[in-house]
Amino acid sequence: MENCTEKSINDIEKIISEKLEQNASFGDKIVSKIYEKAEQIANDVVKINDTRKINWDKKLDDILTSRITGYPIMLLMLCLIFWITIQGANYPSALLANLLFGLEEKISSLFVFLNSPEWLHGILVLGIYRTLAWVVSVMLPPMAIFFPLFTLLEDLGYLPRVAFNLDNMFRKSGTHGKQALTMSMGFGCNAAGIIACRIIDSPRERLIAIITNNFVPCNGRFPTLIAIAMIFIGVFISKEYSSLAASLAVVLIVLIGIYFTLLISKLLSKTVLKGIPSSFTLELPPYRKPQIGKVIVRSIFDRTLFVLGRAILIAAPAGAITWIVANTTIGDVSILNHVAGFLNPFAKLMGLDGFILMAFILGLPANEIVLPILIMSYLSKGAMLEFESIDSLRQLLVNNGWTWVTGLNVMLFSLLHFPCGTTLLTIKKETNSIKWTVFTFVLTTSIAVLVTFAVNTIATLLGWV
Amino acid sequence: MKCDNCFERINKEELTLNKLPVGKTAKVKTLLNTGISRRRLLDLGLIPNSIVKTERLSPSGNPIAYNIKGAVIALRKKESKNVIVTLLHEE
Amino acid sequence: MGLTGQSSGISLLNNKFNITKKSDEQIVIALAGNPNTGKSTLFNHLTGLNQHTGNWPGKTVCNAQGTFKYKDKDYLLVDLPGTYSILANSVEEEIARDFICFGNPDITIVITDSTCLERNLNLVLQITEITDNVVLCLNLMDEAKRKGIDIDIKKLEKSLGIPVIPTVARDGKGVNDLLFTIHNIVEGISKPTPYKMTYDDSIEALVKEIEDNLSGLLDESLNSRWITLRLIDGDKSILKSIKEILNSPSYEEREV
Repeated sequence: MENCTEKSINDIEKIISEKLEQNASFGDKIVSKIYEKAEQIANDVVKINDTRKINWDKKLDDILTSRITGYPIMLLMLCLIFWITIQGANYPSALLANLLFGLEEKISSLFVFLNSPEWLHGILVLGIYRTLAWVVSVMLPPMAIFFPLFTLLEDLGYLPRVAFNLDNMFRKSGTHGKQALTMSMGFGCNAAGIIACRIIDSPRERLIAIITNNFVPCNGRFPTLIAIAMIFIGVFISKEYSSLAASLAVVLIVLIGIYFTLLISKLLSKTVLKGIPSSFTLELPPYRKPQIGKVIVRSIFDRTLFVLGRAILIAAPAGAITWIVANTTIGDVSILNHVAGFLNPFAKLMGLDGFILMAFILGLPANEIVLPILIMSYLSKGAMLEFESIDSLRQLLVNNGWTWVTGLNVMLFSLLHFPCGTTLLTIKKETNSIKWTVFTFVLTTSIAVLVTFAVNTIATLLGWV
Repeated sequence: MKCDNCFERINKEELTLNKLPVGKTAKVKTLLNTGISRRRLLDLGLIPNSIVKTERLSPSGNPIAYNIKGAVIALRKKESKNVIVTLLHEE
Repeated sequence: MGLTGQSSGISLLNNKFNITKKSDEQIVIALAGNPNTGKSTLFNHLTGLNQHTGNWPGKTVCNAQGTFKYKDKDYLLVDLPGTYSILANSVEEEIARDFICFGNPDITIVITDSTCLERNLNLVLQITEITDNVVLCLNLMDEAKRKGIDIDIKKLEKSLGIPVIPTVARDGKGVNDLLFTIHNIVEGISKPTPYKMTYDDSIEALVKEIEDNLSGLLDESLNSRWITLRLIDGDKSILKSIKEILNSPSYEEREV
């Protein structure tokens, strides 16, 4: 039966290929006929009596995709989103931190009251609870503002216009126009962005989109970028402009990410992944008034809580491990300090320090926990602080020798470094190749090292550090 | 689109779709490409005798957005230069 | 020989499309449509939070699925990728096509944008070529009204031979009518009899020749005319899909 089936199918294949050789336009005829019928029915049932004086869609597109205003508006929009996020997150962040760290004291006294051993209190409260408190108070407010805003733009129909405006650059980089869409998914989560690359048919272009997706900062990295921009870039400018300066810094980082996406895409399509871009069409749908209520609900449930949940899941054990490593000593020095000391000379070349580099390495499972781990490690060195506001975080970093160049390099490293564990697994799954997974890891990390090294060297030569 | 009479005086000006100026309307004559990219254009509604209008240029001039059967669709020049159209002069 | 269409359908849902039915009674509905027609809005409206969409919602890449209940019946709704056509010129089109053709959904809803009906009808006509149980959801009626577009629903129903339900999915308008229509089809109270495309004589003659060869091979639940047309159309991927399905465990089981 099996063979018989195969044989019959092969027979049919033969008949058809013979017929198609004689007359190749069958396909065209079928498609045209269906469209003809559609046109006939539509003409029969549709009456148009358009009395609108102004076509708002057209007017909006005239502005949003114009040669003169198209690009500036895109930048302005991006900047505005970050500005609202940073400005709006400030207060609730401080409030949450106060609440959660106030609670920590209460829990600590409970542990003392119960006479629990020092190490148990250390792991549970100073390790796990404190890390979680950081994750929640630093990440939740920006996400709860950023995601709904981004979803609003998505709902409005602005994203296809962005792809329309930028397509020329992607074409010149030898990549597919849909890459712009997979990148905007990457803003949410790089793993999701990489899965979204399935919409690109050409294997070559799909691989390029997968490899470079990591240069779009995901929401696991946005809180880090925003926090550092807020406490580090912002504070060096006078108070009134600090949020603005911080948003500009984040926009700049995003632009650098896009620049590297295009650059690396081009390099790849000129070298290991040679080829010409395949065909591409993009619909510019009518603008639609977003449903604000639903957008907020959906983006909080689907995105904010999802990402926060994942962060908490990974941050809890990481917090415990960090505390243990920081409080277990070999000789006179903790393991943490040993490792950080070992990494320090190399990290210094990149304008970072051993603790920062270690936090990035420990943050491999999820980028969300890099900052909390870093804070934990600095704190474990004994510099206990009252956490009243974001200012105390700045104080902690400054006490540990941070300058604005450190801040910039941390942001750049975060933008360009190796993808998180989930993303790497996704790359492995989607490309079905360990080779391309390792390639991505090595490529991104080398770029991160090179760029931060260059920035630090220039800053040092110019005497900024 | 409804009444072919609107375009009574058809000037036999043929050009490729990428050369069709913004705001102008044309009728598709034939497609030059083959294979999958031909099929994609057909599926979008660029079948012979259908009407297409150049809607707008992107900031860099490529891609260009066209109104094809009621939807606005952007095509790269590489694609649109395979579509031969006849310019229609609306009265 | 001959496994019934329904049971082979379930195994296929499982094997190829990664869809698990809770019970045999659950009714499978496919949701197809052009991009930007409010497909996801309708999907969200119907399934609420009872949905499963990989780990990142948004644009549909794989099948998103969700469940809902209406008049004591359980429904499984499968959101297919938004496409202009299902003639399989891209991955998304292939997914949509294979699900409608081989996944054997009980009913297929085609959601269309009323402001550009003509281009949407193209997809409707392609889908009614495959399956009879199709309901047309004429969405974005508010936008059409604003643009002064008037659609003669009765006439459209008559031309297409399937129920046409005007909706504004974002406000939930017309969704109840849609559900009621689906219910009636499930209960056998009404039965769509879609208009079927006919082509040039040269094509029809060829269809006849090949269809005779093909129909003995395929399960009766598969539409041999449509598959023949795709073959004539020069579609290589359909042969691949057929071979895959003939070799799938569910299909071999029937010999046992």
